[in-house]
Amino acid sequence: MQATIVQAVNDALHGEMERDDRVVVFGEDVAESGGVFRATDDLLEEFGSDRVVDTPLSEIAIVGGATGMAMYGYRPVAEIQFSGFLPPAFDQLVTNASRIRWRTRGELTAPMVVRTPYGAGVRALEHHSESLEGAYAHIPGLKVVVPSTPADTKGLLTASIRDPDPVLFMEPKRIYRSVREEIPEGDHEVPLGEAAVRREGADVTVVGWGAMMPPTLEAVDDSDVDAEVIDLRTISPMDTETVAESVKKTGRCVVVHEGPRTLGVGSELVARINDEALMYLEAPIERVAGFDTQVPLLSMEDFYLPHPPRIRDGIERALSD
Amino acid sequence: MSDRASDRRVPSAVGNGDGEVAVLSQADLAVPTHQIVEPDGSYDPEVVPDLSEEELCDLYRWMVTDRVFSRRMVNIQRRGELGTFGSTRGQEASIIGSAFTLEPQDWLYVGRAWTPMFMRGASMDDMIRFWRGIEEGQQAFAKQNSQIAISIGSHVPLVAGLAWGMQLDDADAVATAYIGDGATSTGAAHEGINLAGALSLPALFFCQNNQYAISMPVDEQTGAKTLAQKALAYGIDAIRVDGQDVLAVYDAVQTARERVKNGTPVFVESVTYRLDAHTTSDDPTRYREDEEVRAWEENDPIERYRSFLKSEGLWSQIDHDAIVEDIEAEFDAALAAANEMAERQVAEIFAHVYEELPPELSRQQEAFEALLEKRPEMYDHIEQRPKG
Repeated sequence: MQATIVQAVNDALHGEMERDDRVVVFGEDVAESGGVFRATDDLLEEFGSDRVVDTPLSEIAIVGGATGMAMYGYRPVAEIQFSGFLPPAFDQLVTNASRIRWRTRGELTAPMVVRTPYGAGVRALEHHSESLEGAYAHIPGLKVVVPSTPADTKGLLTASIRDPDPVLFMEPKRIYRSVREEIPEGDHEVPLGEAAVRREGADVTVVGWGAMMPPTLEAVDDSDVDAEVIDLRTISPMDTETVAESVKKTGRCVVVHEGPRTLGVGSELVARINDEALMYLEAPIERVAGFDTQVPLLSMEDFYLPHPPRIRDGIERALSD
Repeated sequence: MSDRASDRRVPSAVGNGDGEVAVLSQADLAVPTHQIVEPDGSYDPEVVPDLSEEELCDLYRWMVTDRVFSRRMVNIQRRGELGTFGSTRGQEASIIGSAFTLEPQDWLYVGRAWTPMFMRGASMDDMIRFWRGIEEGQQAFAKQNSQIAISIGSHVPLVAGLAWGMQLDDADAVATAYIGDGATSTGAAHEGINLAGALSLPALFFCQNNQYAISMPVDEQTGAKTLAQKALAYGIDAIRVDGQDVLAVYDAVQTARERVKNGTPVFVESVTYRLDAHTTSDDPTRYREDEEVRAWEENDPIERYRSFLKSEGLWSQIDHDAIVEDIEAEFDAALAAANEMAERQVAEIFAHVYEELPPELSRQQEAFEALLEKRPEMYDHIEQRPKG
């Protein structure tokens, strides 16, 4: 079936709720309203009000509650309406969700998913545009997943719900509806922790994820450069091997991300490539990233986002040495 | 130490010796809802607040301002000239009655209430700019001791902190947090209100219970019978008021403000209704019945106040059509001014992150400006959206 990313989220939730009656969906406005982006549309009608629940406006309680429910044996899939509202629950992710397995030596675990739309470019108000996957990837014990295509969204969300550890599933809302493709019917799982090679090439490796993939592919498709494009898909744990193998082949690398540059995921990728493939590098690794600023409000957010010309410029810099 | 503070330090584990388990319930607590003008327009002249005729007329004018402004903003949003907007239609009595009590030195930190900004001198063009995602809007509000919080409840601890500063300064002022029913569920609100209670800070929490937090009705938002009762657990006082009755709201918040100034934080629950969608991005038909909306439309706060003005013989002093015409003209001028805003520069993204631009940010800015010059095709992807 042809689907957008947001429809793929919905399809995965339908599938997993049918398959496993321990899967419970909750968050602000997810039931009656079907979610502000309609990602949870029709779930209430199909699975009832015990399994699809509107919560009070309480991010700490949503994430902390999901942790407790998961410890008790359920498979909660909690929605945080916008990732900019997740910071109040940062404490629950750091203090409880990510540590309960470690704390109890595996006696208790928190197999849960926190879904949240992230990123700029939808003309939203303040606190609706952040891209802080780097901050969450810094938390040991928490997995961070960012899909970029509808098929991967279904497969990665399915895998996240089935995963034995807590997963933060960050959905690229800017491309929620702009990308449409055939997604597999029925059961479809994409393993976490494995990057995808979107284009094969020999001259330079370009690594991105989430909402940065369409402009990255556009930048590559519109140039004469034979670039290899890697979609990281899972930020934590990171598939270093696929990236390193590609860099060993091309000798050059550009990392593209929307979040702030300093201590962003790009910094870690540069470090890992240095660890694994330093002697293969023919030029410094380039980063095309958001600035170390707040995401501008809607009137100027396009200046902040890496668009194809900036990405092309990064590729040319990587090729210039 | 105040009497109030010393009261709290009495040892708590002193029983009354009757051997009974006493179960406390919210149902045991009578929570009256303050009202002056009843929905049918009747009222007791003895309890009308002591306001001058001019002030009584001003209340009406500001309520109409609020309604016209919301209507015009929704209209320009529908025309694609604005980003998301949150209308306040239906909440005019709640918003205006409360803000009318405040002094310029008071802090006003709102969730959903725009006209109070105008009441303290902000311009409509700044408000339009704010909703267009232009930071200068918030900058203008800051000059009038006011701000708008987008992240629900996040401003409540800030208001406690503002009040703390006022307390330390012995200032003749209060700090107010306007919140909604949904915000009372947030962790930030709990901690902020508790801090104000613990330190007896001059903070006034004005909760507009407009019945819905996006799609969630208030009776599903909390197990509490009323939001006012929540205040008691924080050791602060509470008032519940009919938010459709502008005089009752004024009276309640004026009373609250006096208590707050004397070191007793107060929580006011104003029972009102959001007639429009949560924001222009929301579809309320998915979660509420038209019949319910119609019933609240019949409970219109402006209509109720109009009947009061007629009873008082003040209606003849008010030219409703002229008021609307004036506000429409003010809006037209504000929109024109907002549209005239000069194109913005990339440097603004970097300018206010820190007081002094760190070297790495300077480097990022210079590199980006050089890139824009080198690759003019960048502008194919950049829309400044001066109209949101």
